[in-house]
Amino acid sequence: MTVRIGVVVFPGSNCDADTLHALTIVGAEAVPLWHESVDLGGAAAVVLPGGFAYGDYLRAGVIARFSPVMRSVAAFASGGGLVLGICNGFQVLAEAGLVPGALLRNRGLRFLGRDVHVVPERLDTPFTRALPDRRPLRLPIAHGEGAYFADEASLDAIEAAGGVLFRYATADGRAVAADDREANPNGSLRAIAGVVAPNGNVAGLMPHPERATEAVLGSDDGRLLLRSLVEAAAERASGAAVAVGAR
Amino acid sequence: MTVPIRYRFAVNVVPRAGILDPQGRAVEGSLVHLGLAGISEIRVGRRVELTVEADTEDDARRTVDRLAGELLANPLIEAYAIELLGAIAPLAEAGR
Repeated sequence: MTVRIGVVVFPGSNCDADTLHALTIVGAEAVPLWHESVDLGGAAAVVLPGGFAYGDYLRAGVIARFSPVMRSVAAFASGGGLVLGICNGFQVLAEAGLVPGALLRNRGLRFLGRDVHVVPERLDTPFTRALPDRRPLRLPIAHGEGAYFADEASLDAIEAAGGVLFRYATADGRAVAADDREANPNGSLRAIAGVVAPNGNVAGLMPHPERATEAVLGSDDGRLLLRSLVEAAAERASGAAVAVGAR
Repeated sequence: MTVPIRYRFAVNVVPRAGILDPQGRAVEGSLVHLGLAGISEIRVGRRVELTVEADTEDDARRTVDRLAGELLANPLIEAYAIELLGAIAPLAEAGR
């Protein structure tokens, strides 16, 4: 059985088609979910794609948070459903409070479109389970507001709870300081590139795995992330017991 | 019967203390071209003006406070202040 993954289409989403295509490559039946609909179409997991939902007016992601589909996504998430937010989708999840923290304007003020390297902190989540090890992944970023922020106490709590999913790193996987402009160009605190909510079922990341799924694109490292999600969703859809942290 | 009053508010949203404000930094960086001295700590925020119909100013403020806390500002990164600009009794009331 092919597992169905929903990709939300907000007005201003511009990575929805890429995400649908990339999910198809890794074996999912990917379906678009319109932002005005409250029906998740029986999806076993939901992806919030990159783009500029509702023009990113006011703050990136905040208006999308109040769209009808997000009420359903929030209910789905609170019931344990798998939700992945990529770039603008991460901003929407943060504004909705479904993942901790906030995304601030890039330290250097400029929109950044380039490749970065990220190292997974955890291999036991539904979003990273297909990764063979902690080797760095080469993924593109494309954002103006991607500097991860939470206050110091919250950062400590997030780290203690295993909430850091990815950190920006050097090409050979070495950790970098937050002010390393080459490896962590947006200025994310503690070089955090992606987080996972305490329940392990909602994750947000700034780099775009869907733009790195075929060798012709320069990297297919993103495929492992999307395959993780599809595998985890398929297990859940088939009723198999899934223990987050079992690996 | 109470006729609602129209209250005009401004909500001023600024980055919280301690949050890096790259926009403020950029503005500060341009000061040298103006030849002005003695200006520092520039913070760039956002001002939102709106009108609320309510029976009392307190009711109106509560509505604005909710809007500001849930939508206009993200309390993780931004602080806000609510400013009453004026109150207008409805025309129907004034004409009575």
